Amino acid sequence: MRIFLNDDAHDVEPGTLAAALESLGFGGRKIATAVNGRFVAAAARPKTALSDGDRVEVVAPMQGG
Amino acid sequence: MFYGVELRSRLLLGTARYPSPAILERAIKASGAEVVTVSLRREGGSGRAGQSFWSFIQSLGLRVLPNTAGCHSVKEAVTTAHMARELFDTKWIKLEVIGDDDTLQPDVFGLVEAARILSEEGFEVFPYTTEDLVVAERLIEAGCKVLMPWGAPIGSARGLNNVYGLRTLRAHFPVIPLVVDAGLGVPSHAAAAMELGYDAVLLNTAVAEAGDPVEMARAFALAIEAGRAAHLAQPMEPRDMAVPSTPVIGKAVLGG
Repeated sequence: MRIFLNDDAHDVEPGTLAAALESLGFGGRKIATAVNGRFVAAAARPKTALSDGDRVEVVAPMQGG
Repeated sequence: MFYGVELRSRLLLGTARYPSPAILERAIKASGAEVVTVSLRREGGSGRAGQSFWSFIQSLGLRVLPNTAGCHSVKEAVTTAHMARELFDTKWIKLEVIGDDDTLQPDVFGLVEAARILSEEGFEVFPYTTEDLVVAERLIEAGCKVLMPWGAPIGSARGLNNVYGLRTLRAHFPVIPLVVDAGLGVPSHAAAAMELGYDAVLLNTAVAEAGDPVEMARAFALAIEAGRAAHLAQPMEPRDMAVPSTPVIGKAVLGG
């Protein structure tokens, strides 16, 4: 199935958010996530099933004012 | 005192736009800041910038204040706050809901709404607001225990655009911590804010984009200390006519 991660299309195996993040190189990283505009806590990623066309946001710490 | 946390330094420093991480680190040390602001941005699977910045922040051992910079809607700001709380492991959030792209003026209506939602969810909200008195009251009703009115538009270096408004806010809220956030350019601006009785100053660009950010950080720290001391020393009121500082009584009469 196809998901959009930070607007970029990726083809991933059907499954959970945690599995998709692992397959796309985010395993063990300091990130926060949202699916279709809703925050998904790290603890909930293994229980969050993704659907075709889902929009996933992945953010990391950055400098700010 | 912000949400029960006592700090010695009255300078909160932003971490963006510095020439290098090394200069950022030295500037933070020179400023004496105990709180640094941070943000969050998209990162790809191969990106490492966020991870290295996170390691850097941890190595400082300082308190972090994540922001919702760039958010234009209540929903975006609330979701960003949730992501920040998890990433940085803090209830503190510098809440920005931007209403106008040219001035980066807060959308105060969205701000109050987002502040209420986040306060109810247990966040400790630091709202980036205007100096509007009624908005300030609404923010406090929404649960904010700190207010951060702008001095001038973010990054503009204009200083305190509305001294009257800032003074009025201080007079109206004598107890709640007030922080001037944004728009300062030089240390005298920060000193002026502190002389008005503000509790602290939040800076970024004025330090980061100075020719020598480390020296400028130190200069701001000195100015903030001076301004605070001046406030506590109760400045005299300005007046229109001259008053001789040297006593006139006993002056020799020498004709003329």
